[in-house]
Amino acid sequence: MIQYNKVEKSPVELTKKDFVSDQMVKWCPGCGAHAILAAVGNVFPKIGYRKENFAMVSGIGCSSRFPYYVDTFGFHGIHGRAAAIASGLKIANPGLSVWVATGDGDSMAIGGNHFIHVLRRNVDINILLFNNQIYGLTKGQFSPTTPLGMKTKTSPHGTIEHPFTVSGLVLGAQGTFFARVPDNNVKLMTEVLYEAAKHNGTAVVEILQNCIIFADKVHEMVTNKETREDRQLFLKHGEPMIFGKNRDKGIILNGTQLEVVEIGKNGINEDDLLVHDMYARNPSIHRMTGWMKAPDFPVAMGVIRAAPAETFDELTEQQIEEAQKDSKIRNMNDLLRSGNTWEIS
Amino acid sequence: MTKIQEVIELEDVVVKFVGDSGDGMQLTGTIFSDVAALAGNDLATFPDFPAEIRAPHNTIAGVSGFQMHMGSRKIYTPGDMCDVIVAMNPASLKANLKWAKPGATLLIDSSTFDEKAIGKAGYTESPLEDGSLAEYRVIQAPVTDLTKESLEDLGVDKRLAERTKNMFVLGMMFYLFDREISSPLDFIKKKFRDKPKVVKANQHAMQAGYKYAEQFVDIKLHVAPAPLKKGLYRNITGNVATAWGLLAAAERSGRPFFLGSYPITPATEILMELSAQKSLGAKVFQAEDEIAGICSAIGASFAGSMGVTTTSGPGLSLKSEALGLAVITELPLVIVNVQRAGPSTGMPTKSEQSDLMQALFGRNGESPLMVMAASSPANCFDYAYLAGKYAMEHMTPVILLTDGYLGFGSELFKIPDVNDLPSIKPPMADPNDPNFKPYRRDEKTLVRKWAAPGVEGLRHRVGGLEKTNIDGNVSTDPLNHQLMVNIREEKISRIADYIPLQEVTGDKEGELLVVGWGGTEGALASTVNRMQGEGYKISHAQFNYIKPLPKNTREVLSSYKKVIVCELNGGQFVNYLRMQFPDIPLHQYNKVQGLPFHIQELTETFIKLLEE
Repeated sequence: MIQYNKVEKSPVELTKKDFVSDQMVKWCPGCGAHAILAAVGNVFPKIGYRKENFAMVSGIGCSSRFPYYVDTFGFHGIHGRAAAIASGLKIANPGLSVWVATGDGDSMAIGGNHFIHVLRRNVDINILLFNNQIYGLTKGQFSPTTPLGMKTKTSPHGTIEHPFTVSGLVLGAQGTFFARVPDNNVKLMTEVLYEAAKHNGTAVVEILQNCIIFADKVHEMVTNKETREDRQLFLKHGEPMIFGKNRDKGIILNGTQLEVVEIGKNGINEDDLLVHDMYARNPSIHRMTGWMKAPDFPVAMGVIRAAPAETFDELTEQQIEEAQKDSKIRNMNDLLRSGNTWEIS
Repeated sequence: MTKIQEVIELEDVVVKFVGDSGDGMQLTGTIFSDVAALAGNDLATFPDFPAEIRAPHNTIAGVSGFQMHMGSRKIYTPGDMCDVIVAMNPASLKANLKWAKPGATLLIDSSTFDEKAIGKAGYTESPLEDGSLAEYRVIQAPVTDLTKESLEDLGVDKRLAERTKNMFVLGMMFYLFDREISSPLDFIKKKFRDKPKVVKANQHAMQAGYKYAEQFVDIKLHVAPAPLKKGLYRNITGNVATAWGLLAAAERSGRPFFLGSYPITPATEILMELSAQKSLGAKVFQAEDEIAGICSAIGASFAGSMGVTTTSGPGLSLKSEALGLAVITELPLVIVNVQRAGPSTGMPTKSEQSDLMQALFGRNGESPLMVMAASSPANCFDYAYLAGKYAMEHMTPVILLTDGYLGFGSELFKIPDVNDLPSIKPPMADPNDPNFKPYRRDEKTLVRKWAAPGVEGLRHRVGGLEKTNIDGNVSTDPLNHQLMVNIREEKISRIADYIPLQEVTGDKEGELLVVGWGGTEGALASTVNRMQGEGYKISHAQFNYIKPLPKNTREVLSSYKKVIVCELNGGQFVNYLRMQFPDIPLHQYNKVQGLPFHIQELTETFIKLLEE
């Protein structure tokens, strides 16, 4: 596989401050989005590209105000279409580091088609998916990830829709990179965003984001700092899947199903646990790992999948290079005069 | 050998090849047209194929046709009624006889007129025997049988032999029209170069057809060369011309080319043609839907490429919201709409001009953009080029309207030198320009700078939310919104300073002005031309610039006693003109049948109006 890294490095070391825009941040106090902005501020200087080579693209929703708050090139698009806009931007100029800020409604309801197809094509962009399980900006209607039965402004009797599991949708659409982080762990988020930036292809980072106004504490069971050690499984490539406050629990593959086990009980030891391989091309284990839900399972955090695959943008460049090598048609005058022509004198 | 009894000299002639979908009528028509062009005729062609890919054999639904109009004078359209119809089966004869002029020549493959095929076509008796063709000059030959016979010695399999019957007929046609057959024989060699057996069979069949006609056809039709301007020519369809005009604009502007598009009849050929031009660096993205097509093009345009999306009416509907985004972000974008008959799916393979109002107004909010229209297959090249030029130089989306009739139709194209085309100078922002602001504008044109990501010192944010003028910060300030609405409208109005004045053919004032726009030019020009020759006081103005209108539009419209606006829709351009010139009385002639205007109906309408 060709290594594709045309993005120019910054000649000077940048800091978090370099990426702070002059715009007032207008998210609600206590909104999880503030943490995402902090993590992006942490990670952009680390990526090392020149400031001009970052571009943020968004759709519509609370998440989509993001480009205004980062001092890069920014494009605030229309509802659901950020992935399509970002695809055009990246294909047109592969030398850019392109980031999409989107929400559960923006990317999986109105923008669902673009979301699955950008994943299938593996365009080299990074998608920050703010999953707060609610429509925030329109003030509290249910979204494609709202839990079944939850009462919202448009489901006063509780929703009767089965929600998407984001990892299931991403891997089902043959996504090559999927990671999940809670909004209250900026350190982990920074690490994960760095991995996303390194990945060649579409990288989706699902952020379990709290909407303090319309869906407060929807992720609480998983993200509560007191209990998170027991509710979250922090994945590390090449390491066994261990979790728990006392690091005494793990995940094994029993037949075709995952199972939570206690290390040291019933003859189980660390060697029996599943070892995380985020680079595996076969997504089967990634699917199962991503699917784990509370309270029966810990929710997997960190990079679940980072499978290598060619990207759409690099293949575009390759085809052009090859065509230019072989073709006699080098400019429009050549093309106009190709094929069947005749002179009238 | 039969002695020629009659040589008929014709100024122009309309020929239509019709047969079953699998009979190769498109190829037959194309080769016949190329030979006419080589012989120096001016010409226009139009394919008439069914919406179904392969409808049932020998049925009316499965009839495929190719019409061509050639002449020793300027040819404006593929023609209305036919002088010659070549019919390969009963269904194609049945479906097309209504297009035959009185006394037309019919060349018919009689081998296909068996009982079953006659019945499937809806005849009760064979038209070859019941006298119903008495008023035509019928040349009937058992073409399929003769083709098979002629290929017997070559050891060609039955299927291939049957498929070459179109070449036998072509051979007969070349004799009938007094053409030499060395160039079509060469063409076959090139076309099937990887299949020597097919080359041999086709060439053999064509020669056999020519020889057969020498023996049995007792007339010849002769069309002298047309007085064409000197230069290098090719035959080109409107869709290919559009694709090439767009590429030429990108090349001249120095901006990379990006197409985001989704297949849709009758615009798909543009996407196909551009996909094949990777050696020119064209980036082509076949999107998951129409919306992604335009949104990816907007993304590419933000990146500093010439962003283009191509579609037809239903696709334009889907793109509406994103068009507004291109308007408010003031990014260059070319949207080609190859119009077809609507509403909804309508009649995808039939042509119409019914998306004009949609192009002008089909968006939420005050959302002005430039609208242009091409008016012949070949000038699709020019107007696609100009759409790119105006989009980039004036930082605006431009909708270019063509239609299925132009897109599928072809005519002679005098090949230009790209370096002679008007220059294109996009307003690129300079790196590290200390004065750069997203909505700082050129005083004269109100155009903002184009600042692409990756260029140092130009970081900025644009988007669908209303912004302050100059600084580009998000704003809901009432007066700022009014200002921006006014500026966006005024910016488009000022393009009028950069487009040519409206031309009129014929007297500059007088009795009757015929007004059209876009793809009806051929029919209107040939009608007016003919009537002028007959002494009528009639002039013609065909609009290519719709928004803004040329600056002399009022003057043109008010210089005649009567003005009639002719359109293939319910009256969209005429009402647009009425909005701007409510004091000028305008007559209208409209037709919405998925068919082009015919000269006869136009002539009758104009004479009636002149006599009123």
